[in-house]
Amino acid sequence: MNATTGELSEAQTRSLLDLSGAAPEELAALHSRLEAAAAQHGILDVAYTTIDTAVGPLLLAATERGLIRVAFEREGHDQVLQSLAARISPRILRAPRRLAAAAREIDEYFAGQRTGFDLPLDYSLSSGFRQLVQRHLSEIAYGQTESYKEVAQIVGNPKAVRAVGTACATNPLPVVVPCHRVLRTDGTLGGYVGGLDAKTALLTLEQAA
Amino acid sequence: MMTIKQPFERVVTEHAATVLRVCRAVLGPHPDADDAWSETFLAALKAWPSLPEDANVQAWLVTIAHRKAIDVTRARQRQAVPTDEVPERVSSLGVPDDVDHDLWTALRALPPKQRQAVAYHYLGGLPYREVAGILGGSTDAARRSAADGIRTLRAIYLDNCPATKGVTR
Repeated sequence: MNATTGELSEAQTRSLLDLSGAAPEELAALHSRLEAAAAQHGILDVAYTTIDTAVGPLLLAATERGLIRVAFEREGHDQVLQSLAARISPRILRAPRRLAAAAREIDEYFAGQRTGFDLPLDYSLSSGFRQLVQRHLSEIAYGQTESYKEVAQIVGNPKAVRAVGTACATNPLPVVVPCHRVLRTDGTLGGYVGGLDAKTALLTLEQAA
Repeated sequence: MMTIKQPFERVVTEHAATVLRVCRAVLGPHPDADDAWSETFLAALKAWPSLPEDANVQAWLVTIAHRKAIDVTRARQRQAVPTDEVPERVSSLGVPDDVDHDLWTALRALPPKQRQAVAYHYLGGLPYREVAGILGGSTDAARRSAADGIRTLRAIYLDNCPATKGVTR
C-alpha cells in the first residue's frame, strides 16, 4: 500500500481479484445460461461445437435453419469460425445443444450404424453451380462412388468436370454431404478437403459396413 | 482498413471472468451478480455486430455491466417485501473465510460511487477517465472515489490479514 496515494499494492490487488474471482465451473454454468437465453431471444446466429471422430476433431456449426459447416482440423477451426463471422454473423457461441442431433448422427455414422443423414442443412455458404453439385452429392448412395465426370453429366453440365471438382473441394459440409464419394474416372482419389487419408478412411468405412 | 469482427465466443472467453468480478464487487457475491452478468453478455451479443471496430471491448462490457447492475438492483427493490428477517441468499462463492467476509462486508458498506469506482478501476481494469465516463463527474473525482474506497478496504486488510501486515507497513 502506498499510504500517500491510497493505491492498492500489487499483493492486495491480487487478493481482491482472488476474492471476487470465479471458478471455471461457475463460468461454465453462466455460459450455458447465456447459450439458452441467446437461442431463446433469436440472437444465436451461429452455434458450434467440436466432436472427436475417427478422422480427427470435427467442428460442427449450425444456424437456426440447419447445419451450415463441418470442418476438419486441418482447415483451422479458429479460421473457419472467423470466416463464419464474416460471411454469416459474428453472433457466434459455443453452444452444443443445437448440434446434438448432428453430433449423434455423425457418431453413429462412424460406428457403422448409420448410412444416411437426416438433418436440416443450411446451404447458404454455397451458391449457383457449386450448391447444385453439393445438393446432388447426397443422392450418391452410401458405399457407392461416382466420377467427377459422371456428376457433371448428372447435374446437366457434362463439360463442367473441373467446376464439379471445385464444388467438391469447397463443400462446406464434408462427411454429411458425401463429397468423399466422388473419384477420378480412373478410380484414383482426386482431392479432399480433409486430406486423402480421411477420404480413404471414409471410403473404407463404407466398404466395410 | 476495415477489420472483420471476431466471433462473440472469443469475447466471452476473454472477458467473462472480469465482468463477473465487477458484477460481484458491485452487487455482492450472490445470484444478483450472476443475473447482471447474464444480462450484460446477452445485451452485448445483441449489439456485437454494430459495435465500432475500434471500440475498447472491455470498457464497453463494463459500461453495460454497470447499467445491468442498476437494473437488477431496481428489480430487486420493486420485488422487495418489508420483513423483519433478512432472507439468506445462497452465495456462489462457497464459504468465505473471515478476512474475505470482512472485505465483502466492507465493500458492500462503501458508498455506491466508491464501490463502483473500485470495481471498475481495480477489477474492470478501466483507466479513471473511463470510470468517470461511466459514473459521471470528472476524472479526478473518479480517482478520489476509488482512493476513498480503497482507504476503507485497506483498513480491513491491515487489521485482519497478517500476511500483508508486515509487508505493507
